[in-house]
Amino acid sequence: MTKTTKRNAGISRRSLLKTGAAAAGLAAGSGLVTGFPMIWAQTAITLRQFGTGVSNLNDIAAKCKEDLGITLEMTATDSDAAAQRAVTQADSYDIADIEYWILKKVFPAGVIQPMDISKLKYYDKIVPLFKNGKLTPDSVIAQGTAPHTVGFVEKPGDTTFAAAETGWFTMVPTIYNADTLGIRPDLVGRDITTWADIMDPAFKGKASILNIPSIGIMDAAMIMEAMGNIKYADKGNMTTEEIDKTIDFLIKAKQDGQFRAFWKSFDESVNLMSSGEVVIQSMWSPAVAAVRAKGIACKYQPLKEGYRSWGGGLGLAAHLSGAQLDAAYEYINWYTSGWVGGYLNRQGYYSAAMDTAKEYMSADEWGYWIEGKPAEGEIKAPDGKVMEKPGAVRDGGSFLERMGHVACWNSVMDEDRYMVRRWNEFIAS
Amino acid sequence: MTAAIDDAIANPAALKRTRRPSRFLAALPSYIQATPLALILGAFLLAPVLMIAAVSFWDYDFARLYPDFILTNYAETLGSWVTWRTYLNTLKYAVIVWALTLFIGFWVAYYLAFHIRTATMQMVLFLVCTVPFLTSNIIRMISWIPVLGRNGLVNTTLIELGIVPAPITWLLYSDFAVVLAMVHLYTLFMVTPIFNTLMRIDRSLVEAARDAGANGWQILCNIILPLAKPGMAIGTIFVVTLVMADFTTVQVMSGGQSASVALMMRNQMSLLQYPAAAANAVVLLVVVLFMVAGILRVVDIRKEL
Repeated sequence: MTKTTKRNAGISRRSLLKTGAAAAGLAAGSGLVTGFPMIWAQTAITLRQFGTGVSNLNDIAAKCKEDLGITLEMTATDSDAAAQRAVTQADSYDIADIEYWILKKVFPAGVIQPMDISKLKYYDKIVPLFKNGKLTPDSVIAQGTAPHTVGFVEKPGDTTFAAAETGWFTMVPTIYNADTLGIRPDLVGRDITTWADIMDPAFKGKASILNIPSIGIMDAAMIMEAMGNIKYADKGNMTTEEIDKTIDFLIKAKQDGQFRAFWKSFDESVNLMSSGEVVIQSMWSPAVAAVRAKGIACKYQPLKEGYRSWGGGLGLAAHLSGAQLDAAYEYINWYTSGWVGGYLNRQGYYSAAMDTAKEYMSADEWGYWIEGKPAEGEIKAPDGKVMEKPGAVRDGGSFLERMGHVACWNSVMDEDRYMVRRWNEFIAS
Repeated sequence: MTAAIDDAIANPAALKRTRRPSRFLAALPSYIQATPLALILGAFLLAPVLMIAAVSFWDYDFARLYPDFILTNYAETLGSWVTWRTYLNTLKYAVIVWALTLFIGFWVAYYLAFHIRTATMQMVLFLVCTVPFLTSNIIRMISWIPVLGRNGLVNTTLIELGIVPAPITWLLYSDFAVVLAMVHLYTLFMVTPIFNTLMRIDRSLVEAARDAGANGWQILCNIILPLAKPGMAIGTIFVVTLVMADFTTVQVMSGGQSASVALMMRNQMSLLQYPAAAANAVVLLVVVLFMVAGILRVVDIRKEL
C-alpha cells in the first residue's frame, strides 16, 4: 500500500525543472553504463539520488559522470512523497536531496547518517547561514525550521540535533532561495511594500495565495503579522490558538471575496498572473520568470517584513559504507566545488558555497545574480535562453540583501495535523 | 428400486450425497464461464475495495501506516462539519448537474430519435455529439478559462458592446463555472442511454395513441417519458457517480475556492493521510451505493437490457 503512492500532483516548483530532466537522466545514465566496456561497468560506482530538490537536474548528472565517473541515478518526487520515501524505503537511495523541514521529520528515524566535516573539502566555504543561522555576524536568526537548527548532531547515531556547530553535519546545503509576493506592476497601480498589501480592498477578487497547507500557512502568517493582527512566538511552529486565529482570518477574507483563486501547481500560478485574473499573489521565482518570458510585466516584490525562505541539501543514507560512502563524499565535494553552484546561481537560486561558485560565473553574471548590479550584457539561463536584457536589475537586489532579510523558513509544526485539518476547513468554507 | 426409495426416505442425506456430484457436474460449465469475470472483478474491484476498507481502520503518522483497528479516522471524518459541508456542496453540484443534463440530454435524444428521419443521419448526428470526446476531459474543461475569464471572450465582448461597464467576475472561479463545465462534460452520458431507449420505442404505440386522439403533449407524457425511464435512470447513474467522484473540475473551475468530497480525499492523500482518505472513500462509496440503490428502486433498468 505505502509503495503505490506515486501521484501526479501537477507541476510544482520542485518537479517543474527536473521531472523531465530526471527521466532523461535515468535514460542517459543507463545509456552511459552500457556504453562502457563490461569490466568498467561492473566497477563503476552508481549513486542513487532522490528528492524534491530543484537541483535534480540532468546536466548535473552528466557533468558528474564526466568529472568523477560516478553515475547518478536521479528520481524526482514531490515533498510529501520524498518525506515518506526517505523513511519507509531507506534502502532505495544512497543520497537524499531533501529540504531542511523534511530532514527535521525524517532524521529521527535514523535513515540519514551524519557527515564527518573533516572529509568535506569545502566545509569552510559554506555560508554561515547554514552553520549558525546568521548570514552576516549581525543578522537576526529567522523563525521556522532554520537549517542550522537541524544541521548538526553531537555524534553518529544521535537522533536529536545538536544546539550548535559540531564535527558532524547532517546535510550539506545545496540550494536555497527567498520567496515573496509576485505582482503585476502594470495592474496594481501603486507601490507594494508589505505582505499586508495583499489584503488591500483595492485588490478584492484579484489576490491569490497558494493552497499547499504547509507553505500557505506561512504566507498567511506573514500577512497576519504585517497587518498587526497577531504577533507569533514562532511562525514556523504555531500553537493551536495561533492556528485558529490565522485560519479564521483567512476564512473571513475568503468570504469577503478577497481571493480570486487558490493555486496548487506552478502552471496555475503562472496562468493566474499572466491572464490578469490576479494582480498580487504568493509566487515562486521560476514562476515569475515564466510570466516574464511571455512578455508580461511581473515583479518578485521585496517586502519590508522580509522573505519566506526554503533550503535543501544532500544527506547520506544510513546504509552507505566503504567504497560507496567514499564515492558519496567525493560527489558531495564535487557538488560544492563550484560548477554546480554556478549553474544553480544562474537559475536564480543560491549555492551554499558562494566562493567556489564565483569561479564558474562571468563577472557580469556574478554582478547580476549575486551582487544585485545592473546587467551589462544579456543574462542567459544555463540552456542559453535570454532571461534578462542589459540594464536589468534583479528583484530584491543582492544575495546579502535578499537572504539577509529572511523572516521565516519553511517548516513543519508540532501541530501539523491540526493545522492541515483547519486549512481544509478554510478551503471548504 | 423400492429399496433405494426406502433407503432415501429413511436417510435423505444419502440421497443428497448420491445426487450432488452429478448436479455439480451439470453446473460446472456455468461456473467455468463465470470464472474469468469473477476473477477480474475479484482482483481489480473487490480486492482493492476491501483493502481500502481495511486501511481505513489503520493508524498513521506523517510517513508510515500502522495496521490497527481504530475508529479515529471515521470519527474525524464524520465528526467534522467540513465533511458535512463538503458532502452538501458535492450533492448540490450533483443535483444541479443532474437536472440540467437530464433536461438537455432528453431533448437532444428526443430530437435525434423522433425528428431525424433517416437512420444514417441519426448516426451521423449522434457521432457529432461525441466529437468533443476526441480531446481529453482536462482540455475541454480548461478551454473554458480563456472564454470566461476577466479578460476572456465573453467579458471582452460584453464590454465592447457596452452591455456591462466592468468585467463580470462570477463567470469564472465560481459555482457557475463548475456547473457549466460539468454539464458540458457529462451531458453525453445522458444523451446516449436515453437515445438508445427512445430508439426502441415501438412507433406503432405512438400511432395508436394518435389514432385514439391523443395530442403531442399527451403522447410525450403518457408514452414516451414512461418508456424512456430506464435510459434516464442509466444516464442518471452515470452523471451522479461522475459528479460525486469529480475533483479536477471542481478544483480547476472554482479556482480552488470550492471543495468536493474527492478533492478532500486528494488533499488527504497528498499529505500521506491514507487511512483518513480511505475512511472518506468508504463513506463516499456507501453514500453513492445508496443513491444508486434508490435510483434502481424507482426505475427498473432491466427493461433496458
